[in-house]
Amino acid sequence: MAYSEKVIDHYEKPRNVGTLDKNDTSVGTGLVGAPACGDVMKLQIKVSEDGIIEDAKFKTFGCGSAIASSSLITEWVKGKTIEEAGSIKNTQIAEELALPPVKIHCSVLAEDAIKAAISDYKTKKGA
Amino acid sequence: MSAMTTQEKNELPHTLKNRKAPIYLDYQATTPTDPRVVEKMLPFFSEQFGNPHSRSHFFGWEAEDAVEIAREQVASIIGANPKEVIFTSGATESNNLAIKGVAHFYKEKRNHIVTVVTEHKCVLDSCRHLEQEGFEVTYLPVKENGLIDLDVLRETVTDNTSIVSVMGVNNEIGVIQPLKEIGAICREKGAFFHTDCAQAVGKIPLDVEDMNIDLMSISGHKIYGPMGIGALYVRRRPRVRLVPMINGGGQERGMRSGTLPTPLCVGLGEACAIAEKEMGAENERLRRLRDRMYQSIVGRLPEVYLNGDLDQRIPGNLNISFAFVEGEGLMMGIKDLAVSSGSACTSASLEPSYVLRALGVEVEMAHTSLRIGFGRFTTEEEVDEAVECIIREVERLREMSPLWDMHNEGIDISSIEWAEH
Repeated sequence: MAYSEKVIDHYEKPRNVGTLDKNDTSVGTGLVGAPACGDVMKLQIKVSEDGIIEDAKFKTFGCGSAIASSSLITEWVKGKTIEEAGSIKNTQIAEELALPPVKIHCSVLAEDAIKAAISDYKTKKGA
Repeated sequence: MSAMTTQEKNELPHTLKNRKAPIYLDYQATTPTDPRVVEKMLPFFSEQFGNPHSRSHFFGWEAEDAVEIAREQVASIIGANPKEVIFTSGATESNNLAIKGVAHFYKEKRNHIVTVVTEHKCVLDSCRHLEQEGFEVTYLPVKENGLIDLDVLRETVTDNTSIVSVMGVNNEIGVIQPLKEIGAICREKGAFFHTDCAQAVGKIPLDVEDMNIDLMSISGHKIYGPMGIGALYVRRRPRVRLVPMINGGGQERGMRSGTLPTPLCVGLGEACAIAEKEMGAENERLRRLRDRMYQSIVGRLPEVYLNGDLDQRIPGNLNISFAFVEGEGLMMGIKDLAVSSGSACTSASLEPSYVLRALGVEVEMAHTSLRIGFGRFTTEEEVDEAVECIIREVERLREMSPLWDMHNEGIDISSIEWAEH
């Protein structure tokens, strides 16, 4: 199967690989997927007082499309409000990366990951 | 193979120019046809083009002579009589014909078939079809090292068993089943012993008499011969009978009708002759290459696991799980290496390798496996380059893997409740 140029670019030069302090109250962490299914994404966001995502980091176990999907979404969410970031749809990711049908689940996972990170952040803030 | 000259490079298709040639490490998928084999085949396309079944003229006779020499060469490498070798289109056809042919012929007397869960899909699928027709099939499990338990086999084969089908060498993990012991058990119980030796011919010594083998499938393109040709050994004494799948002019003792493809038969024969002569030296060379790669990888990377027995294994195969790195992702990083993976993502199905699962390899570890196959044209330089490439990429992807972080923090990944999707 041939990968699109954008997938290859993100895979070879992934943006925002890394880890934020998960105990920091301004950091939300989403961990989605399962090793048994062949992909796990960890996506973290650092949110400013006024609800803007200042930083985003990811780590992903998975195929090239999964790595590219997570790399892309970290680029997209930076500078967005958590509401804007939470409204990103997997179809936008799939379209941007030209994912074939068998790889759509990678984009779904990225959408789930950002939603999970936002939810974790809100839970921490509410607590 | 020697390095390409500039002129040869200029003759390559456009897509392969200006690009470093990938290193081929997938010898269990297919092998290049040996140039010596191609040379033997060539005259039989346009010069000695006769139909080997034409009995009335010279063109037929010379083609027939060539086919019969090839039959002798195939018979020789397995210790058979040439009359016991029939040509087919490949090992898939041979396996279908052996299993379905025997099952159908003897169904009034015996309707039980024994095979193994790690067999090639064409054996398993043939058995599934027979099950649908009403045959009873037992799928033997394998031990952690990929080999069957002979005591379990002995208990499973009954006087209702018509055929036992166990492969010689597994295509994913390269492990060698104890053929001689299996043959003895089958003979004792009066069941025919069929073995799929597509991956075994030319890699391990085979002798149908010594091993009590009644039927054996052979493939051309796995042994440096051409694609599209294979053979089936069918024992004459005691005689094994088959219901043919292809009906027609009654060629190949009525078991496989259709005009024999002379050039392909010649190619398979020559491939067997070369393999018979060179197997010893080739195995020694491949073992050195294999050990060189395996030692380098385990010496420099933690958390790597060999799948399948190391000793009862052909030298041309490694199957390694690189924990915490997904196989397809890894293959994308080592794109200059042509290997295959047990990860689900590389196959049409969603399940990772059923062979690795049968050994008891966890699903998550099956996702991290690579199959690396060495062969006749693999060089030490290629192995060294491959090792550096694999290590570099595994280290890069582990730095990107949340599972690697968890492992380093001492978190047991299996203790986490993952939301399976």
